[in-house]
Amino acid sequence: MATESSYYVPEQSRLPIFATIGMFLTAFGAANWVNGGSSYIFFAGALALATVLWFWFAAVIRENMQGLNSDQLKRSYVWGMGWFIFSEVMFFAAFFGALYYIRTFTLPWLGGEGDRGSSNMLWEGFQNTWPLMVTPDQAVSGDAAKVVGPKGVIDPWHLPLLNTFLLLASSVTVHVAHVFLKKNKRQAFNIWLGITVVLGAAFLFFQVEEYLEAYQHLGLTLESGIYGTTFFMLTGFHGAHVTLGTIMLLIMLLRSVIAHHFKPNDHFGFEAASWYWHFVDVVWVGLFIFVYVLGA
Amino acid sequence: MAHGPKPGFTRWLYTTNHKDIGSMYLWFSFAMFLLGGCMALVIRAELFQPGLQIVQPEFFNQMTTMHGLIMVFGAVMPAFVGLANWMVPMMIGAPDMALPRMNNWSFWILPFAFAMLASTLFMEGGAPNFGWTFYAPLSTEYAPPSVTFFIFSIHIMGASSIMGAINIVATILNMRAPGMTLMKMPLFVWTWLITAYLLIAVMPVLAGVVTMMLMDIHFGTSFFSAAGGGDPVLFQHVFWFFGHPEVYIMILPAFGIVSAIIPTFARKPLFGYSSMVYATASIAFLSFIVWAHHMFTVGMPIAGELFFMYATMLIAVPTGVKVFNWVTTMFRGSMTFETPMLFSIAFVILFTLGGFSGLMLAIAPADFQYHDTYFVVAHFHYVLVPGAIFSITAGVYYWLPKWTGNMYNEAMGKVHFWLAFIGLNVTFFPMHFVGLAGMPRRIPDYALQFADFNQIASVGAFLFGAAQIVFLFNVIRTVRGGKKATDEVWENPQGLEWTVPSPAPYHTFSTPPVVR
Repeated sequence: MATESSYYVPEQSRLPIFATIGMFLTAFGAANWVNGGSSYIFFAGALALATVLWFWFAAVIRENMQGLNSDQLKRSYVWGMGWFIFSEVMFFAAFFGALYYIRTFTLPWLGGEGDRGSSNMLWEGFQNTWPLMVTPDQAVSGDAAKVVGPKGVIDPWHLPLLNTFLLLASSVTVHVAHVFLKKNKRQAFNIWLGITVVLGAAFLFFQVEEYLEAYQHLGLTLESGIYGTTFFMLTGFHGAHVTLGTIMLLIMLLRSVIAHHFKPNDHFGFEAASWYWHFVDVVWVGLFIFVYVLGA
Repeated sequence: MAHGPKPGFTRWLYTTNHKDIGSMYLWFSFAMFLLGGCMALVIRAELFQPGLQIVQPEFFNQMTTMHGLIMVFGAVMPAFVGLANWMVPMMIGAPDMALPRMNNWSFWILPFAFAMLASTLFMEGGAPNFGWTFYAPLSTEYAPPSVTFFIFSIHIMGASSIMGAINIVATILNMRAPGMTLMKMPLFVWTWLITAYLLIAVMPVLAGVVTMMLMDIHFGTSFFSAAGGGDPVLFQHVFWFFGHPEVYIMILPAFGIVSAIIPTFARKPLFGYSSMVYATASIAFLSFIVWAHHMFTVGMPIAGELFFMYATMLIAVPTGVKVFNWVTTMFRGSMTFETPMLFSIAFVILFTLGGFSGLMLAIAPADFQYHDTYFVVAHFHYVLVPGAIFSITAGVYYWLPKWTGNMYNEAMGKVHFWLAFIGLNVTFFPMHFVGLAGMPRRIPDYALQFADFNQIASVGAFLFGAAQIVFLFNVIRTVRGGKKATDEVWENPQGLEWTVPSPAPYHTFSTPPVVR
């Protein structure tokens, strides 16, 4: 099985059906929760799913250390991770696309410009600005408006700029860690990977600071019209991905420090996590330009 | 390591075998086909005469919505994934799918997702009632509470599709036997490779759009609400950016199946293999730049109308290449008309007919007249029923002897074909006429002058439904026994799947086969 002259034949596995049950309970529980029910099913499902995935990854790692994985199977994991990241790119594309459409078409039309400028008849007095501080609802209903725009927006040249440096630096440090791993310098690998995790955590800390500032002082919330909607959905999903990426890298660090996993020529688990990290970094650059700089 | 299937039902729960998983996909999709079909029959029964007689309008809307969702996501897509599971590893000389455990996960998510979707029928306020395209704000501000469960079931279905598609890409690119170069791959493998790319590209966009709905409904965002600066039309753009590639996801594998069957029964090699590959790739590329032809009447700038009109018409070129190749393959062939061939020939003719009505709909000014009428219903049922469903049926008859080791009953297969063929034409052809005359879709009642054609359509629908019982009976009989099939099954068919015994062993190839 180590060679490619005969094929690897997989054994039966209980993991998928348990993972399915976990995923189903998570989804069903989430729907139940936001519809006003209790949150227990969601948390039970999420815990079950996380547990199954833990055992699943453990099984994959164990098989690899036992030498069961052929080069061909390893390539399948590489393809799998690559196309998973592409699917994530398309998920973000939907939200970037929404932002583009709103700014290029919807708001000018609502403001009375362009091909469909007649929309302004429904929202008389509305003016197209970005950031959108006065919503169409406010333009028509004044103080009685239900959707109220923000009082201010985040200044890109403070916290977001700092976060840009943090995340770009972390992409470099994770790459340096990779180089040291390939040279079999274990301690240097651990240190640089550790620095990456700290940078990721610092990014998340400042992101939370920024959200607190937005909610407590700027009136910039999910409910504050389309600016808050696009701002929080884009940066929020990115933040969720940074959180996941940081956890992935932290697990890689613990695997290396505690269990001495990874060899200079066999470490796809780490490589996959680092690819994911580079991906969230690139998304951030897009966010910094299109949401923060061009949005302020 | 070569072992047969484990006994007991845990074989199916824990399996990592592509054939087991393929079979489960196919049985699941047939169950969904019957469920969605019953909903269609409720619709046709109500429309048998004008006025309201059987169901309330509210329930009628739930039926049209659930019928569409179940047929698209539950019947057609899983059936093609089931065929890919069964055939792709055999066709490329692989031992199994590249990621077998994830393969099982992709399948088992589906019954749970559809149980959740179907359970909305029994929830307070009823099931989703906003059409399978779930346009905002009907699906957000004015939706029943069950919409949340609909959103999350779409989420996990999407996860299943993305994992399945990644698995197929990894299998095709990584698991081919030595010598199986890309341009030697059977067309079914090619079309599925391209379909898998479409899935990976657009299922996340669907996840994105239902997430936007969820946020608008429960968390006060303004994506689709103009009061906050959003736009309901934004929903349609994002949805159809998913939705148009989605319709090619439901037809490209069909092209692959038909391209396998026609050469076998015409006893000639497929005409224009490489042009088929390039045509498939062109259709896939074009599918990303035509989405707004679904929304010509929504109010777009004239430049948009023109761009999407011409881009849409371009699709006729690669599709024409394909139809030309199939016809040319049959030309002067020594043809016989076994059941798979009958379904394939019907596919070529009727899918082309559906393509022509598609061209009519592509003309933006004409579409202003046709939009949201039964003409549109006729069009997409002509590409989906004799397109997707007939090709799946043809594929099942074609490969069933290889799967089970037994020949199906040819006479019963032909009865199935003629019942289905007549049934579908009687159902959907009159819809062109009532559509052009202005009958709107998704309405439980209609004006008196449409009554005759609607009665004919309803009769046809029940005939088509009855035909599927014959199919089910024939398949079960073949699985249980019958005349033994030879290893080749047909007369000199091409492809690695015919070089292995019938039924194909549990693990097809333990060493890579030789590909010349």
